Amino acid sequence: MIICERKPIDEIKSFIAGKKKVLLVGCRGCVTVCNAGGTKEVEILAALLRLDAQKEGIELTVDEFTLERQCDPEYVDELAGLVEKGYDAILSMACSVGPQFLSRRYPKQDVYPSLNTCFIGGALAHGVWTEHCQACGNCIIHHYGGMCPVSRCSKSIMNGPCGGSSNGVCEISKDVECVWHLIASKYMDEGRLAEFAPIQPIKDWSKSRDGGPRKIVREELVK
Amino acid sequence: MSDFDPKIIAFCCQYCAYNAADTAGSMRLQYSPDVEIVLIPCSGRFDVILALKAFESGADGVYVAGCLEGGCHFLDGNIRAKKRVAYLQKELKAIGLEPERLAMVNVSASQGPQFAQNVDDFTAVVKGLGPSPFKKKLAA
Repeated sequence: MIICERKPIDEIKSFIAGKKKVLLVGCRGCVTVCNAGGTKEVEILAALLRLDAQKEGIELTVDEFTLERQCDPEYVDELAGLVEKGYDAILSMACSVGPQFLSRRYPKQDVYPSLNTCFIGGALAHGVWTEHCQACGNCIIHHYGGMCPVSRCSKSIMNGPCGGSSNGVCEISKDVECVWHLIASKYMDEGRLAEFAPIQPIKDWSKSRDGGPRKIVREELVK
Repeated sequence: MSDFDPKIIAFCCQYCAYNAADTAGSMRLQYSPDVEIVLIPCSGRFDVILALKAFESGADGVYVAGCLEGGCHFLDGNIRAKKRVAYLQKELKAIGLEPERLAMVNVSASQGPQFAQNVDDFTAVVKGLGPSPFKKKLAA
């Protein structure tokens, strides 16, 4: 899933400074699962913004609504009735796709992101997420024991480990495990080191971000 | 002592703090009448939104009372509550509220006097801080 993190409250407050009526829109997709922008987080942020306004003696209305997803036009359409009421700002609590879809659908509205989109990852434990994918567009994890050197190696090297690997930890931080250590250990434990030993060829990066924004069209699905 | 009578909401676990309040009552102990007790099935049921709603509704202080650490009926509900309280204290500080208005205490069912003391101590802290700034009237 896409892992996001809420922006600091001061930054969000700066977006809505001087505004009186704000719509806070959550998303039931990835950001609900990573506890950043679901119904509950919308409720919490709305309460904090209202309390802050109350403290400052400012008149502020914060309405709350959570969409099934903010990255699909049919769900974004559901906001039309609410948006007609007229808001001074819409705060999106989705990954950055959400506010972009909202501002595209409602061009006259000021739309602000309330979350920082961090990475594609998974939950190692409840409340702990790590990066596992960089959307390079050409998955090669089967060559590496089911682990991704693109996203999980600090240098994204295809033939490792490098000299910065020490006791299974990357030189950049003791909190970052060396994925190359994990890959090599896995093959060694399974007695398959020979399969792993060949030098991997240069990766085909043509499907990655280097070619500009990417697009997928599935003709059989397009109306 | 100031004339200000704070409104305090105490979220009390049914296995310990709520029973401790009963114990305090049975022992005829006097404690601050400014506290309104809300029964929760475990302090692990406490959620930050409960405290935020309490503040939005005019509470001057909120605290969560759970079992003694290591004594939670559901193993770690009180530890979870403690983390949630710490998280919300940071958020409240970020919007300019004294984090001391929110607290976590631990008490066992038999500790009636401790419960009464906790109530009085927290009430004194909130009285010292004065009315919640969230109660400010909206600008005309």
